[in-house]
Order: sequence, then structure tokens, then C-alpha cells
Amino acid sequence: MNIVVPIKQVPDLVEELEIDGSGKDLNREWLKYKINEFDDHALEEALLYKEANGGTVTAIVLDSDGIDKVLHAAAAKGADKVVKIMGDFGSAVSSHAAGKAMADAIQAMGFDMVMTGVQAVDDRDGQLAGIIANHLNTPNINVVTGVTKDGDNLVVQKEYGGGVVAEFEVSTPVVIGVQAARETPRYIPVAKIRKASRGINIEEVSGSTDGNAGSEVSRMFKPEGGQGAEMLGDDAEAAAARIIEILNEKGIK
Amino acid sequence: MSNIYVVVEHFKGKVEDITFEMLGKAKELGDVTAVLIGNKDLASELGAASKVITVDAPELAEFNPEAYLKTVSEVVSNGNADMVMVGNTSMGMDIAAGLSVSQDMPLIAYASDMGTDSVTSQLYGGKVNVESAVSGKCIVSVLPGSFPGDAGKVDGSPAVEEAAAPDLSEVKVKFRKLIEPEGGDVDITTQDVLVSAGRGIQSDENIPMVEELAAKLGGAVSCSRPIVDNKWLGKTRQVGKSGLKVKPKLYLTLGISGAPEHIEGMKEADLIIAVNTDPNAPIFDYAHYGCTADLFDLIPALSSKL
Ligand SMILES: Cc1cc2nc3c(=O)[nH]c(=O)nc-3n(C[C@H](O)[C@H](O)[C@H](O)COP(=O)(O)OP(=O)(O)OC[C@H]3O[C@@H](n4cnc5c(N)ncnc54)[C@H](O)[C@@H]3O)c2cc1C
Ligand SMILES: Nc1ncnc2c1ncn2[C@@H]1O[C@H](COP(=O)(O)O)[C@@H](O)[C@H]1O
Repeated sequence: MNIVVPIKQVPDLVEELEIDGSGKDLNREWLKYKINEFDDHALEEALLYKEANGGTVTAIVLDSDGIDKVLHAAAAKGADKVVKIMGDFGSAVSSHAAGKAMADAIQAMGFDMVMTGVQAVDDRDGQLAGIIANHLNTPNINVVTGVTKDGDNLVVQKEYGGGVVAEFEVSTPVVIGVQAARETPRYIPVAKIRKASRGINIEEVSGSTDGNAGSEVSRMFKPEGGQGAEMLGDDAEAAAARIIEILNEKGIK
Repeated sequence: MSNIYVVVEHFKGKVEDITFEMLGKAKELGDVTAVLIGNKDLASELGAASKVITVDAPELAEFNPEAYLKTVSEVVSNGNADMVMVGNTSMGMDIAAGLSVSQDMPLIAYASDMGTDSVTSQLYGGKVNVESAVSGKCIVSVLPGSFPGDAGKVDGSPAVEEAAAPDLSEVKVKFRKLIEPEGGDVDITTQDVLVSAGRGIQSDENIPMVEELAAKLGGAVSCSRPIVDNKWLGKTRQVGKSGLKVKPKLYLTLGISGAPEHIEGMKEADLIIAVNTDPNAPIFDYAHYGCTADLFDLIPALSSKL
């Protein structure tokens, strides 16, 4: 079983996001990026599957600033191979462009299962898994919380609302959009990743850049932050006193 | 006049709220066709549409990611939609992106508002809104809770057109079963007071502190998704898209950012008080009262006064 895990970085939402001068993109100069948390879960689920049933895990990314350390982390966690797709993708690459480049590279290297994050905070033109699956002409199941083996087939758990889970059976090849791995993604200290990085060979392949979103951003703006709420300030004692008053007024406590 | 197709979502014989929310909005934008797969009896509930296209086949009796995508693609490719609305839901996420590629139609995801030439999406966990210009046909995946459902729940007798199912003999995905959630110790959907913990709580060691506060307020603890994924609390405590929808008298959040998937589950609460050190956290757009104190200071301050 060859499992390929497309991974991307997204802006870290802990930092304040600024809109740039064009009004159509984030100011990316000082943005801090982190791995898309759902991709981290996809990698974990792929590693769990491999550890239980054998196979290989390949992490694949589009070339972008600082992406090598994501591949180093993936390798340190147990990915057998790490691949970087080279090409001029720009910083705000669309899901359709990324999906086309990923699908072409994955097709060329061969695969049984693709596992990627169910979504990312910046995929304006849709989720990657469905795009990749359609280019690869395979079935696609998303919002997945576990993939196990049953004979020649895979058993896939998909979350609906209200805590209900649907169980499906599918043969490979297949593309899975992972919501959460069965286990919390493993943690590898950065020092260990740094140490491991010396022995890791990143394979570079050239990528297609002909995919596009088919629509343009016309404006980016922040929702009216804080307007909905009456703000009680940042002093815990004062805010707590006010909260008690409010609860009393409303007859809650 | 634009032709708007709405992909109907239904589960266990019931049309889901998101469908009515989309139908109501679609009616403002043009002539509405509802695409109803797998249960044609529900056509009578879709009075907001002027036409309902139904497709039934044994393989479509239960939702099936592959079979439903194939079927929606066939309906759209045979039709004349200018815009296709799909819910940004667990089921819709198996349809929208694949449909976009197979029909070569642009997709705008996480849509919270739309006109015929512009679509607004909520990105970056609700921290930024983005307007996309669309010219020509497009697909939108619509965030649940963006529009009132009532506008889509109207009487009417739309024309029903039964379309043939595409060839589904090659479908590889087979539905096996539904796994219902185990009943928990507490049903958070019936509590008057919920104290809800988010990733800001940092560690499972801090959960008892939240439980104590909830007990003092006469309520129970609920949480956001990462708390459940980390196994700090059980799934029955999760509020949001894949968790439960709650409507307590008081919903007090501690370290929850307010991602759209969480908001979906709690925005109807009577009184929302949010505690988050980030003044730009989207939760403050939905809360009635907000506090930017550190939750580790706020909890003891509040507890000592109760
Ligand atoms: C298909 C799908 C379904 C999903 N379903 C759900 C769902 O049902 N429910 C759900 O909740 N999520 C759901 N999610 C996940 C959702 O996208 C978010 O990832 C999640 O809601 C974030 O949880 P959070 O707010 O606790 O964490 P974060 O977004 O990480 O926010 C933590 C917040 O805590 C604040 N904070 C940190 N430290 C402190 C402190 N000391 N004092 C005060 N504040 C502090 C930070 O400023 C930050 O805003 C779903 C996602 C997908 C893709
Ligand atoms: N334990 C880890 N697991 C996964 N990725 C990691 C880990 N540590 C570091 N990284 C990657 O390295 C980037 C920078 O890490 P840091 O400097 O710790 O913020 C992160 O955004 C990740 O992409």
C-alpha cells in the first residue's frame, strides 16, 4: 500500500492577520506559517495505517518558503519518502492549481491511497481532496476519522453532524480527506527534527502549473471585529464582577 | 433570470435545515431547481423551488460519496444551472470540489453570502472575509446558518421531474452502517448553562477547573473539537458542525476562537459570553459580551464570586 500525503502550510491564526495594499490578499511579509492541522492528522492516520498493515508513506508538498522543515518533520515522524513539487506557484496558490499539480505528480509516482486534510483555513476555491480525486479519477471520501483494513478493502469512517459516524467500504485507489486521526498526531521535538533533517533526502519533481481557481478575489476585509459583543476589558477581577451582574440581571444565577 | 440549482441534503427521511437555508436564498437570486437524490417522497417539502429533479436508485438509498457525486454531476451536466448551491456540510464536502472539476465550473467555498456576480466567503477560521468576483457559471458551498431557514420553508407545488440515475455499477464505495453516538453522562443539548472549553485551556489538567466553574453556575462543561480530538473530553461534549447543536440560556466560552464550524453549533444561545485573549477572535462577533482577560485569571476570579 503506497500512501501519499499532500501537505501544506497555512497562516498561523494566532497572529494578527493584515490585509495588504491591494486589498485582495493578506500582507504575507510577516505572516507566520504552520502546517495545516488537518494535514497533520492525515499524516498521522497514514502512519497508523502503515504501522498496522505495512506499506509506505510519502509526504508531498508544493515548493514554497520554509516548506523543507515540514518535510523534515514528516520524515522524522516516519514518512518513508518526502517529495517537493517544483514550480512557480506563488504565495496564494489556489486549491484548483495545487490540486492539479499534486494530482499530476501523484499519478506519475503511483499510489494506492491519498490522504490529505479535509480542509484548510485558506481554501477559497474548495477542498483539495475532491479536486485531486477527480483528476485521478478515483472515489473520494471526506471528513474521515479512521481508515482500517478489512481483507482486500478499506473500512472508512466518516463523521456526519451530531456525533453520528457513517461506515463505508471501498477498494483502492481512493482519496481520503482526513478530519481527525484515530490518535492525537505524534509530537516530535524540533531538536530531533533538526537532527534528523541532515539525513533526509528531499526528492524534487517538476510540477504542472496549469490549474486555476476560475475566479478572482475582488476584495478582502475583516468582519466588524468585536462589534457584536460588548467588551468587558482585560482585567479578570473587573470582568468577573460584571459577568456576575449580567447573570443576576438575566436571572441565570 | 438566473437558474439556481440547490442540492438537497436529507438524512433519515428528513430534509436538513441547510437545504431550506439555501432554498430561501436561491429564491432571491433566480429560478430555483432542487436536486433531490435518493428519496423522491421529500419533493413535497420543497415548495420554495419551482422544479424538483429527483433521481432514485438502490445505490442512492443511503448517502454515498461516490454515487451521489456521480449523480449530481450528471444532473448538472444535463441541466442549465448558472449557480449550483451545495451545503458546506459533511455530505456537501464530498460533492462540491469534485463537481467543480468534473463540470469545469469554478467553486467558491465557505460561502456566507452571494449574488449572481459576487460571492463572500469566510476564511482563516472566520477572521477574514473574502469577496470573489464570478462571471459565468459557478458552484458555491454554503456555510450552514448563513441564511434563515424559514424563507425556504414555503408551500408550493413544484413540477417534479424524475431523471434516470447514471450507471452506478462501477461505484466502488459501499455504505455499511451508521454508528450512533453513545449516550454520555450529560446531554449538553438540554442544559441551561454550558461552560465551553477550547484549545486555550492548554491541557487536560485544566479541565477540572472548568468543571468546577460549570457546577457553580449550575451547568455542564462542553467544548470545541480539538478538546475531543485530544481526548480530554468525550465526543458527547462537542459543540459544532460535527458535534451537537446547543441553545442554552448561557454559553460561556473559555479559549475558543470562534471558527465557523464551532459557531454553527452555538450561535442561537440566548446569552453568549466569550473569554479570549485575542481581541480579534471571531467569537466576539457572535458573543453578547466579550472579555480579553486570560482565562486562567478569569476562572478563579469568577469562581470566587459564586
Ligand atoms: C468538517 C469539520 C467539522 C468540524 N466540526 C467542529 C465542531 O463540531 N466543533 C468545533 O468546535 N470545531 C469543529 N471543527 C474544527 C474547527 O475548524 C476549529 O479548528 C475549532 O473549532 C477550533 O477550536 P478552538 O476554538 O478551541 O481552538 P483555536 O482556534 O486554536 O482557538 C483557541 C483560542 O484560545 C485563545 N486562548 C489561548 N490561550 C488563552 C488564554 N490563556 N486565555 C484566553 N484565551 C486564550 C486563543 O486566542 C484562540 O483564539 C471542524 C472542522 C472541520 C473541518
Ligand atoms: N512536532 C512537529 N510536528 C509537525 N510539524 C512540526 C513539528 N515541529 C515543527 N514542525 C514544523 O515546523 C514548523 C515550525 O515549527 P516551530 O518553529 O516549532 O513553530 C511548523 O509549522 C511545522 O510545520
